[in-house]
Amino acid sequence: MTLLRHSWSMSLRDLRNLVRQPWWIAISLAQPLVYLLLYSALFKNVAEIPGFEGDSYLDFVVPGIVVMSAMFAGGWGGMGVINDLERGVLDRFLVTPVSRGALIVGRLMQGAIVTVIQSVILIGLAWAIGADFPGGVLGVLVLIATAVLLTTAFGGLSLGLALVMRKEESVIGAVQLLLLPLMFLSTVFMQRELMPGWIQAASRFNPADWAVRTGREAVAANVDWSVVMTYGGSLALFALASAWLATRGFRAYQRSV
Amino acid sequence: MKAIEAHGLEKTYPGDVRALDGMSFSVEAGTIFALLGRNGAGKSTAVKILTTLSRPDAGEACVAGIDVLDDPDAVRHAIGVVAQRSGVDRDATGRENLTLQGQLYGLRGRALRERVSELLERFGLAEAGGRIARGYSGGMQRRLEVAMGLVHRPQVLFLDEPTTGLDPEARTFMWEEIARLAGDEHLTILLTTHYLEEAERLAERVAIVDRGRIVVEGTPESLKGELRGDAIHVGLDEPESNGRVHAALERLPDIRELVLDGQSLRARAGNGAAAIPSVLGALEAAGVRVTAATVSRPSLDDVYLRYVGRAFDEAENDTKEVS
Repeated sequence: MTLLRHSWSMSLRDLRNLVRQPWWIAISLAQPLVYLLLYSALFKNVAEIPGFEGDSYLDFVVPGIVVMSAMFAGGWGGMGVINDLERGVLDRFLVTPVSRGALIVGRLMQGAIVTVIQSVILIGLAWAIGADFPGGVLGVLVLIATAVLLTTAFGGLSLGLALVMRKEESVIGAVQLLLLPLMFLSTVFMQRELMPGWIQAASRFNPADWAVRTGREAVAANVDWSVVMTYGGSLALFALASAWLATRGFRAYQRSV
Repeated sequence: MKAIEAHGLEKTYPGDVRALDGMSFSVEAGTIFALLGRNGAGKSTAVKILTTLSRPDAGEACVAGIDVLDDPDAVRHAIGVVAQRSGVDRDATGRENLTLQGQLYGLRGRALRERVSELLERFGLAEAGGRIARGYSGGMQRRLEVAMGLVHRPQVLFLDEPTTGLDPEARTFMWEEIARLAGDEHLTILLTTHYLEEAERLAERVAIVDRGRIVVEGTPESLKGELRGDAIHVGLDEPESNGRVHAALERLPDIRELVLDGQSLRARAGNGAAAIPSVLGALEAAGVRVTAATVSRPSLDDVYLRYVGRAFDEAENDTKEVS
């Protein structure tokens, strides 16, 4: 109970500070919107390629963009802790009785909330410009849940990384280095059958791809729930592992104080 | 009853930085105790260990009767901490900062709202409470930090250099507030500072810290009382070797505790004014040129210099014996 209450207090603090930075919100929405509006228009004719399943690239790419945006939001999620660390805010929390877990869970919850909002905006806009979600409301909910899992997983990783590296520039570099390849070594933008063999092989080990598969399957016309369960489950395990890594990051930080 | 007991604390940071080297001291409940020392002497490290932020490599410590290593969580409930680095969330208002701090100690609802308002009022932040802390002056921010350290009515308050970087007016306000805290609320306060004046003015007992150890401890009065006579300070034209100066002044009857540090020579004399002519004469005879000479009554400054100066000498002797 205390853990949840403290986590919630922490999330509220992060959300409030976020809302006070309108520029940050605008920038973090801009990238997904550019992909949604421009990318889907530019590559509209991909659907004409022989072997492409379905007849709308927009329908295909929307779950990919939702998932990709969640991944990047998670990846930058650890940046806030560096600010706290430099300002002494983290040390102040650590000498109060706040449960150490709440410092992690609070941040991840805040990331989850932001991702839900971001996903709803993206899906709503996609629907407005003509995307179809044959899987219905349930499918869309599963897609959002998948995005939340992925953002939590990368949020945990990013938090752990930030606590170990403790330098904004280093974390930005590391996150870019990790996330850009993960985005392209997946079915975010392209169907599996149309990708080179080696990318197909690499994508099997890519959590971003697990999330795209889960989300895309969930909004499809005839949902194969075993696919959703398998990849969604792997993703949940990955998220747990990252949260554990974040706790290791905290230990490393406290040893260094 | 002791509110703080530290025994044989040791801490070495990576890169062989020895921050604490067997620090021991204790603080009586309801009193103000000052750790006085230069930057890097080990004061902040001691505070980090006593407040459960950091763990010692060796030694033990109890705060409010609770072992900091066995039950850090119980210690955290009993203490308030105002660290050297601000710790204020600059993107939040003063009221929001205080409210979150209270929530972390389990305060809620009306009791929390009332406590927050009370503290804002008391620290002169009632009007500024709704403003983002980024816009606060240094003094306001410091006051907010102290208020945050008090939100849960702790038994022991740690103030790590509470007035560093404040202008004189803000410093005086802070001093008055600290003195009042100890009086009204029966708080135990551990204060670290590198201002002698601050330690002398606020603390009932002062411990001088150098190289991770306590070199001397006592009331400001008793420490000054140990320095019989006046302090003599002589400025030299160029850095001198220990040997020549010592040889010149050793024979003088009234001169004690010679400390030579480059171009600065300090000594103690029963009657400083009377000793000056003979000191200057002896130096001149030895061919040491003098640029200035002053005599002063003992201050805590002299206590500091004397003990830290002596510690330097002892450290040198130690190395000689080893090699």
